[in-house]
Amino acid sequence: MYEVLDTVDHWLSDGKKVAVATLIETERSAPRDPGAVLAVSEKMEVAGSVSGGCVEPAVIEKAMEVIQTGVPMRITHGITDEEACAVGLTCGGTVHLFVERLDY
Amino acid sequence: MGEIYDALKAAIQGKDAVSLITQVQGPNPGAKILASDERVLGTLGDADLDRVAVDKAMDMLQHGTISTLRYGTKGEEGEEVELFVQSFAPQPVMYVFGAVNLASAVVRIGKFLDYRVTVCDARKVFATKQRFPEADEIVVQWPNEFLETAKVDRRTAICILTHDPKFDIPLLQVALKTKAGYIGAMGSRRTHQKRVDNLLEVGVTEEELDRIQAPLGLDIGASQPEEVAIAVAAQIIANRNGRPGGSLKHAAGRIHPDKPVAEPVG
Repeated sequence: MYEVLDTVDHWLSDGKKVAVATLIETERSAPRDPGAVLAVSEKMEVAGSVSGGCVEPAVIEKAMEVIQTGVPMRITHGITDEEACAVGLTCGGTVHLFVERLDY
Repeated sequence: MGEIYDALKAAIQGKDAVSLITQVQGPNPGAKILASDERVLGTLGDADLDRVAVDKAMDMLQHGTISTLRYGTKGEEGEEVELFVQSFAPQPVMYVFGAVNLASAVVRIGKFLDYRVTVCDARKVFATKQRFPEADEIVVQWPNEFLETAKVDRRTAICILTHDPKFDIPLLQVALKTKAGYIGAMGSRRTHQKRVDNLLEVGVTEEELDRIQAPLGLDIGASQPEEVAIAVAAQIIANRNGRPGGSLKHAAGRIHPDKPVAEPVG
């Protein structure tokens, strides 16, 4: 949360709606530890990361949905080789995320 | 923004230790509690669940742990509710009182353990940057007066090396009123016995006295400053993890505690 706080604060003071996706659990190897955050504004601006880049596009899509509906969701993603992680990135793990609109 | 976001932001910016509990699965997904030693904001939707979760979260905060927990809807054992508990823990603080020879080694090992280390002594000649180049902060002030206003939480380590009743007694009185996870005081068994008598006279209870680690450190036969510093550091770690110290060779059970993965703040 720390790494995105300034950006998120900026969006909020501009009156934008914001969704936050938090990495809550990882299985096997995953690039980032629980607590990592990806924040998305209603204008689809992005801050932070929850993986090495593999799952971000799917998470951003869910975040946009959550910004509209306000209904949080718990999602699970496998980081497979087919998802074309760059060579050298940690692949093969599963990540669990919680996506919620920042209105708490 | 809402009350919880504002309080979380203030805590992160003020480098206060707080725990954020989010219900990620269960009857109220997204429900949150922000908890610290001082206060609890928000609810997960059930008072019993709140109580159980906050207790556990406060324990995790002390170790800076982040993880998911599962409970029944009223905080009993179960699987219906999944909580994500995040510790926002600033760099823990070590206060070293008494700018003595041993203090230099304790400061160095404190830095090695990633504490923010402050040295405090009332004597200007001893409390200098030259003597303690590794310290984050040097304070020339009466130790008890300094500690009255210093920031202390459960991860704080207080090392009292002043070895002089005129400093030790008022300082220990203040230290015992804090939530510090470690309070160690240098001195032989005889010195400490005198200290205990003095403290009892000024109204400190036996239970409070039990928090003082004295003589200082684990029993590893340390005598040189560096050795004593290691004995102190090992005791701080053992204390934090509720372990007695001693050799793993002669111990049973888990070797490692839960992995601490606190989000560093600042």
